[in-house]
Amino acid sequence: MSNELVLGIYVFIMAIFVGYEVISRVPSVLHTPLMSGTNAIHGIVVLGAFLVAGAADTTLLRVLGFIAVVFGAANVFGGFVVTDRMLEMFKKKAPTENKNA
Amino acid sequence: MLDFHESAIAVAYIVAAVLFIFGLKQLSSPATARAGNRLAALGMFVALGATLLDRQIISFWLIAGGTLLGAAIGIYFARTVQMTAMPQMVALFNGMGGGTAALVSVAEYLRLSRDGILIGMGESTSIVLGTAIGAISFTGSLIAFGKLQEILSGKPLQFPLQRLLNALILLSVLVLGGLIVSGRASTNALWLLFATALVLGAMFVLPIGGGDMPVVISILNSLTGLAAALTGFVLHNQMLVVAGVLVGASGTLLTLLMSRAMNRSVGNVLFGAFGAAGGGAASTASTEQHTIRQTTVEDTAIALAYARSVVIVPGYGLAVAEAQHTVRELATDLEKRGVDVKYAIHPVAGRMPGHMNVLLAEANVPYDQLLEMEQVNGEFPQTDVVLVVGANDVVNPAARDDPTSSIYGMPILDVDRARNIIVLKRSMGHGFAGIDNALFYHEKTRMLFGDARQSLTQVGQALKNA
Repeated sequence: MSNELVLGIYVFIMAIFVGYEVISRVPSVLHTPLMSGTNAIHGIVVLGAFLVAGAADTTLLRVLGFIAVVFGAANVFGGFVVTDRMLEMFKKKAPTENKNA
Repeated sequence: MLDFHESAIAVAYIVAAVLFIFGLKQLSSPATARAGNRLAALGMFVALGATLLDRQIISFWLIAGGTLLGAAIGIYFARTVQMTAMPQMVALFNGMGGGTAALVSVAEYLRLSRDGILIGMGESTSIVLGTAIGAISFTGSLIAFGKLQEILSGKPLQFPLQRLLNALILLSVLVLGGLIVSGRASTNALWLLFATALVLGAMFVLPIGGGDMPVVISILNSLTGLAAALTGFVLHNQMLVVAGVLVGASGTLLTLLMSRAMNRSVGNVLFGAFGAAGGGAASTASTEQHTIRQTTVEDTAIALAYARSVVIVPGYGLAVAEAQHTVRELATDLEKRGVDVKYAIHPVAGRMPGHMNVLLAEANVPYDQLLEMEQVNGEFPQTDVVLVVGANDVVNPAARDDPTSSIYGMPILDVDRARNIIVLKRSMGHGFAGIDNALFYHEKTRMLFGDARQSLTQVGQALKNA
């Protein structure tokens, strides 16, 4: 095993603990936006698509890379925008909170 | 030592990872959630920007074109989607991410094997897993999207020997993967693995009913995170490992929380084929008590107007009829008359945990009127009128009283303990669980049939004359 692989596994395990700890006490109110938000974060894989598409030197690799970038970018941009739209609604209710109106 | 370029990239990745972690942390609290999402988006911007400095990249045209096209598609859908369609939107974006991970793994394998670069065991294992998991997530998410969008039937699709067939498909994915890792296969084997995993993803989600899709999407979400992390091992990119695993771990936890809210194990959701079971038990129950008591718009208005306390139980039917604004207007009118109005939110109301809160927030319902199940259940015996709007399984007393019912054990809202119950419903159709609801035959229950929004509007008008 290479040092790099060992380091990667190390990072992998640490990130499991962080991911678990960070959202361990989330109210069910936020399950939908949280799912949508994490969904946007895994769109980071578009970064891999950048590297593949940017280094592609044959037609096949260019096609694969291009499709990967399109999919990944849709995941990232769509995911963050839709999460923001959802969370914007949560915020709106504070000023309109007048029960006897 | 790293040169300047590499150092800049490494520092940017560390900054991005920290932003992701803080973003996630803030996303899990209502007051800071929006800022958290923006923080995570900033992290993404930093990480993607830094990646462009990578010397491996020789041409930016594909990246620029692909990003513009993908962003345009993503933002267009994100802006125009109805809030009721949120679950399928998440499923679709998730599928895109899974597809990206699979394509990146395949492309990298093709490049490495063409250039004759020796692929180590760690790398080849990551390539195989990244391709398989990404592909499963891609087609699985598309099927989930199809079911929620009602392009496909929401009912579980089952046929004889289904499990055997699925086991064989899974086995062939594993065998192909083993051959590739041990270096005894050509590049064509990876294409075959890719195709087989695509089939497996579809087959895995098809037998699951529409009502369980939220849990399935959550699982697929964490799988895509895992696939992204695996591509990190393939490309030797720690950023992908960190962000992918963060999503994989938090997504797994979220899946567990969601299935706990439905009082079902994840295994039961995946392999239970929910809707098929319990049909027999329900039909025997329905023959015993058949009388439905219908009511009119006017009677409903009077019952509400002279009640002291009203609890509204919104379900997916409310979302479908887009009646959340109408229900809020009715509630405001009732409050003007001095009626105490609250909303009872079941954890899985709507089609995704927390979905109903989003819909009611959109209609400006004050947050302090939304009661969670545990809070509201004690209040039902003192409630004059419960207004059930398009909810079904979450108010079915069979979940509490009938051990033979397929939903037995699921926590429900005890609306049958209130003094009067009015159920707004389109027809006597079934909920996701596909079973009869004893509540509708209860002596305290009155049914008001019709489109939820229309009925509520009419009730609101009748209320002005009451």
